Amino acid sequence: MSAATDQAKAVVVSDVSMVFNQGGPGAVAALDHVGLEVEPGDFVSLIGPSGCGKSTLLRVIANLLEPTAGSVLVNGKSAHQARIDQDYGMAFQQSGLFEWRTVTKNIELPLELKGWDKQRRRERVSEMLELVKLPDRGGHMPWELSGGQQQRIAIARALAAHPPLLLMDEPFGALDEMTREHMQSELLQICAATGTTVVFVTHSIPEAVYLSDRVVVMSAGPGRITDIVSVDLGRDRDEDTREDDTFYKKITEVREALRGGELTDSARGIEDR
Amino acid sequence: MTTQRAVETLWPPALFGAAFLVLWESVVRIFDIAPFTLPAPSAIFTAFVERFGQVREATFETGTNALVGLLLGIVLGVLASLLTVRFVQVEALLTPLAVAVNAIPIVVIVPILNNMLFGTTSQLPRRLMVMLIVFFVVFVNVSKGLRQVSATHLELMRSYAASPTAIMYKVRVPNALGYLFTALKIAAPLAVITAFVAEYFGGVQNGLATGVRNSLNGSKDVTWAYVIGASTLGLTFYLISVALESAAGKVNRTA
Repeated sequence: MSAATDQAKAVVVSDVSMVFNQGGPGAVAALDHVGLEVEPGDFVSLIGPSGCGKSTLLRVIANLLEPTAGSVLVNGKSAHQARIDQDYGMAFQQSGLFEWRTVTKNIELPLELKGWDKQRRRERVSEMLELVKLPDRGGHMPWELSGGQQQRIAIARALAAHPPLLLMDEPFGALDEMTREHMQSELLQICAATGTTVVFVTHSIPEAVYLSDRVVVMSAGPGRITDIVSVDLGRDRDEDTREDDTFYKKITEVREALRGGELTDSARGIEDR
Repeated sequence: MTTQRAVETLWPPALFGAAFLVLWESVVRIFDIAPFTLPAPSAIFTAFVERFGQVREATFETGTNALVGLLLGIVLGVLASLLTVRFVQVEALLTPLAVAVNAIPIVVIVPILNNMLFGTTSQLPRRLMVMLIVFFVVFVNVSKGLRQVSATHLELMRSYAASPTAIMYKVRVPNALGYLFTALKIAAPLAVITAFVAEYFGGVQNGLATGVRNSLNGSKDVTWAYVIGASTLGLTFYLISVALESAAGKVNRTA
């Protein structure tokens, strides 16, 4: 693959390994020679059992962790440069809203750090509040909002600087099922409106299938990518998509890929002897 | 609406307090208890009114010592915790020293300070004593508040490529503000008690504890009059801390 095509990709992870406590007695291989490419505008989910390194991979892309080996390009730049330039926004399972800041001041924070003046920040905040359909909540404190509303504000904050990439670590993991499905649809609408590329870590197979163009299946010990399932459900997904036959078929496919990962595990153990 | 709610929340403790005073007065009268053992509330009130000027003066002296020591202790405590969180080396130096100083009893420190720093003519040793006590409470709490920042907040700030300075004043300091007010609510009444107790170990002959000590040989109603002064002072300090905390909450919201 040439450098020119790498420039055009949203994310290029090449041969990344991540060992925690390297050389120490508790050395853990969280990622083992992982490669992944994400096209601009793609929605890619990372799914796998606990300890498969999906959150680690997300943090390596975000340059919150420095990989032991391999390289990461985000938006055609090094992951480090992309972080400095705020080329991505991030959302976590905990909304991570600052409880001493109003909703408006929370969304403003990344813009503040970019040195935007107040008027420009306020304009962007009202745009973001429209986007997440909470236009009149700017003056509220985070604890006055429901869990789902807090997550929407967290997404608004992550997208406030209009980054081309959104990195999400189980953002709906703490929400109830109904709110969760609603938030998934909202997220798809937001992505369609903004054209944002998304890398999304989840535990939930239906969530991964409903949201993604591609589901990256990972397995543990050491963490690696075992399969990538393409989900051809088109871009216009709504509540009916959840009843769709293809939807169920893809859920089965991802589930089998997840089981397959376990099978390969034991098979490898036998081969090694 | 708010006055109605204030009345609703205030009448049970007010009623309890009044009932307690009535019981106290009756016990003293019925059992004919001598005034140098336990004076009746009415006698204490009379003594308080008669000596109001003296009690007020003593309260002002002790109160000034407490306030000066409190402010010094807060400023030093906040500065020290900012330094220890920002520079790990400072923490290794300062924390054991702070713990060690805090472990020395007031009984020891105040006479030493009195000897060192013109204790017979100046209030300085008492104020320094208050400062030391307040410093420790503020230092421990604010350091904790600066450190116990949510991991998600730190990751977010890193994702924004925020500098350590930005992380300090946008995350650590606001996070520590609640801890500062908790420290203040503990330290403010403690400052009054320390200023009071410090008077017991020599030095200038004025203030509430001096008044209490000088009245102990006679009728106890005068002693209790000074106790009213001490309680009022401690309560005032506490209520001001609470008021500052709620004011800070409102400012935060409108900012």
